[in-house]
Amino acid sequence: MTGTIPLMYFLVISTLMFFIGIYGFLTRRNLITMLMSIELILNSVNINFVAFNKYLYPQHLSGHFFSLIVIAVAAAEAAVAIAIIINIYRNFKSIDVDKVDQMRY
Amino acid sequence: MNSELMFFILAGMILIFSVMTVTTRRILRAAVYLLFVLISTAGLYFMLNYNFLAAVQLTVYAGGIVVLIIFSILLTSHISERAVVAGWKQNLLSALSVVAGAALTLITMFNYTFTASSEPASGSSVKDVGTALVSYGDNGFALPFEVISILLLAAMIGAIIVARREKLKIEEKEIRREN
Repeated sequence: MTGTIPLMYFLVISTLMFFIGIYGFLTRRNLITMLMSIELILNSVNINFVAFNKYLYPQHLSGHFFSLIVIAVAAAEAAVAIAIIINIYRNFKSIDVDKVDQMRY
Repeated sequence: MNSELMFFILAGMILIFSVMTVTTRRILRAAVYLLFVLISTAGLYFMLNYNFLAAVQLTVYAGGIVVLIIFSILLTSHISERAVVAGWKQNLLSALSVVAGAALTLITMFNYTFTASSEPASGSSVKDVGTALVSYGDNGFALPFEVISILLLAAMIGAIIVARREKLKIEEKEIRREN
């Protein structure tokens, strides 16, 4: 189904998505929206792995499994990050990174 | 022609909704836009004929992580709360550095010629994926599979411990009061 689509299209999409995620990470001041930007970045990297796998090494499945593992790590990361965010909210009554300025409370 | 049209629809959805995710002021809406981005990415995986990966993307990312994020938004902020944004100076500087980084990456990419392989594609059906996940050797991925399962277990236990620290402290205080 991808006969007419060059590899470069996928790479351009994932590059743009990666830098949009970085822009969000730099400008957002809320911990949850920063987490969402990180999910965008991870997702763009997954597209890259899968596209390289399909176009350059179609006889293997390495890129496919790499992105499968990245998805699992992202799920674990989101769970731990949200536990930490909820704990921060209990202690500071805010999840604004500018207000959370003490590691010790 | 059809697949190209499909690709451009998915790519447009990905780009538009990822920009909206990082620019919208309402946090809950950002989570919903993120959901659209993840579903369009699953569409790209379907186009590449990796059905199992697309299904995992839909269930774990779109079904699991987004629900987790929405739950935490509702636990930590009001439903229509507006996100605090950085000052214009920081916005401008980040936009400049992001544009510079994207331009550099794109220029490097277009100057490199990727030679597409003409070898026949290996099967990527659920059966092939399952066999590769539990076999070892050249095309087996048993070790990463086991490592990731231990990582998931550790992350779940860690998340529970981190999130229930407050309760333990209250119990400690009560014990101290009783003494």
